Amino acid sequence: MKTFAELEAIRKKAQKDVRLRSGSGDVRVVVGMDNCGIEAGARQITIALMDEINKHNLQDVTVTQTECLGACRLEPMLELYEGEKKTTYVKLTPELARQIVTEHLVNGKTLKSQTIGVFER
Amino acid sequence: MENVKSQENKQYRIALRNSGLIDPGDISDYIAFRGYEALGKVLTEMEPAEVAKMVKESGLRGRGGGGFPTGLKWEFTLKAPGDEKYLICNADEGDPGAFMDRSILEGDPHSLLEAMVIGGYATGANNGVIYIRAEYPLAIKRLQVAIDQAREMGFLGKDIFGSGFDFDLYLKLGAGAFVCGEETSLIQSVEGKRGEPTKKPPFPSESGYMGKPTTVNNVETFAAVPPIILNGPEWFQGIGTETSKGTKVFALAGDINNVGLVEVTMGTTLREIIFDIGGGIPGGAKFKAVQTGGPSGGVITELDLDTPIDYESLKNIGSMMGSGGMIVMDDSTCMVNIAKFFLEFTQDESCGKCTSCRVGTMRMYEILEKITNGEGTEQDLINLNDLARSVKDTALCGLGQTAPNPVLSTMNYYKHEYEDHVYNKKCTAGSCKALLSYSIDPEKCIGCTACLKVCPTNCIDGKAKEVHVIREDECIACNACFEACKFDAVIKP
Repeated sequence: MKTFAELEAIRKKAQKDVRLRSGSGDVRVVVGMDNCGIEAGARQITIALMDEINKHNLQDVTVTQTECLGACRLEPMLELYEGEKKTTYVKLTPELARQIVTEHLVNGKTLKSQTIGVFER
Repeated sequence: MENVKSQENKQYRIALRNSGLIDPGDISDYIAFRGYEALGKVLTEMEPAEVAKMVKESGLRGRGGGGFPTGLKWEFTLKAPGDEKYLICNADEGDPGAFMDRSILEGDPHSLLEAMVIGGYATGANNGVIYIRAEYPLAIKRLQVAIDQAREMGFLGKDIFGSGFDFDLYLKLGAGAFVCGEETSLIQSVEGKRGEPTKKPPFPSESGYMGKPTTVNNVETFAAVPPIILNGPEWFQGIGTETSKGTKVFALAGDINNVGLVEVTMGTTLREIIFDIGGGIPGGAKFKAVQTGGPSGGVITELDLDTPIDYESLKNIGSMMGSGGMIVMDDSTCMVNIAKFFLEFTQDESCGKCTSCRVGTMRMYEILEKITNGEGTEQDLINLNDLARSVKDTALCGLGQTAPNPVLSTMNYYKHEYEDHVYNKKCTAGSCKALLSYSIDPEKCIGCTACLKVCPTNCIDGKAKEVHVIREDECIACNACFEACKFDAVIKP
């Protein structure tokens, strides 16, 4: 640490991360991170989501975690809340998670092929 | 941290400002909450003497119990001759039932590191030691992670913030001796010697660790430093009472609904802490007393509950601030027994260097043991009082000087309980087993044999549908029959 400006830069970035985690954003991305989810790779999904959201500089999106969503066979999965509307995405990979951010959150298009309705009747 | 009850309306968090809000394992979280900004300000804009002066003006006093003005301590070390100085953080929290420092160490380790670098700059020290007890494994782990991160980011090491100031620190694990919370024995222990106090003067600020000028501060004291630098001494001055500024963390324990940590401004009354924040006494029992300052403090009765808390007022009512343990007792607590409990602790923890503490606490403990066994005499009460006073006056360090406090304050406020034990051989609270005599009310007993079956010593005579009788000489007062009886026929003294 050499200068005050350097600290300032780190703080700006850190504040963004904290806001993303605890913010009161309108859109919530909730990743199932119980043992089943983590085992299926939910950690990579979360990292990919946060990274992609940061890349697009989305302000009102919060990424949080929850426990088992009740369909362990479909993990890793996430629920995306936008006000009253909820979309559940299942069987994710980090690439798919990034797609969800770019397609769903940025362009507003649901990624139909990964929704729970396709996998479970 | 689940320990921190969020009764935010009455609380004011300075030392615990980040605990539970940030990820203690991630330095960037701390930075996001203005972390290391105070350090940057100090190193780039201020002279060491200015920093010490600022802390002095804020009115911050040592949170370890003594209440010595922190800024003054820093000035002494800064002015002491010598080019090699040391800064030690006392994280040897040993009071029974107290865990204020632990929550800071575990929840916000970087605030301690930042404050220590500031303290090192203000006292002219380039080396720091955190003396932490080995019984805090999680705190040690998180501190080590924090130290590594701070080193990597350049908040510890050489030429911090380009100011040319070097500071580094390491952890020293203590083996958990209570006496090592006393600064001179702590220094001995850091040097690798036996944890025994040395006489003052010379004070550590002149000759401490390895004979060099040393400052010893408590974790909670350090945690208050960065906010003081950021918000200015006037801000801190404005919080608290005339003589005691800022906030204090207390660990509420004992017979109370909300057990846990509270941080309140100085001047809050005990009643507010116990009944508003603490939620009162469980089970509708009556409040009897509260012990502050752990084994070094005294009991405070209902009469003094409205005393505003600060260093002086607690001293005036025969207790002390201490590190912040607060043990609440309801009316089923025997005061003689409480005094015995604390003395058992201090006589066990006495390092044995000075006679008055080593022998004095042991003899006091023996007298209390005698009284609770129902063998006390009038002379014992006189001896206990004399002994307590002479140990207080003659012990070498803080441990011995304060060890008689629980005895003196309980003898002062609850004299009648001592007298009951000695003259009437009765324990009104019903907790001294030797003085309890159980009996069965012949009118209420229906002869159900429930008590007979649970008695571990088979000292209850009787047959079904006949009135039972307890043979008192064999009774061990285990209370099992009392709990077993559904007809309230067992009479407990």
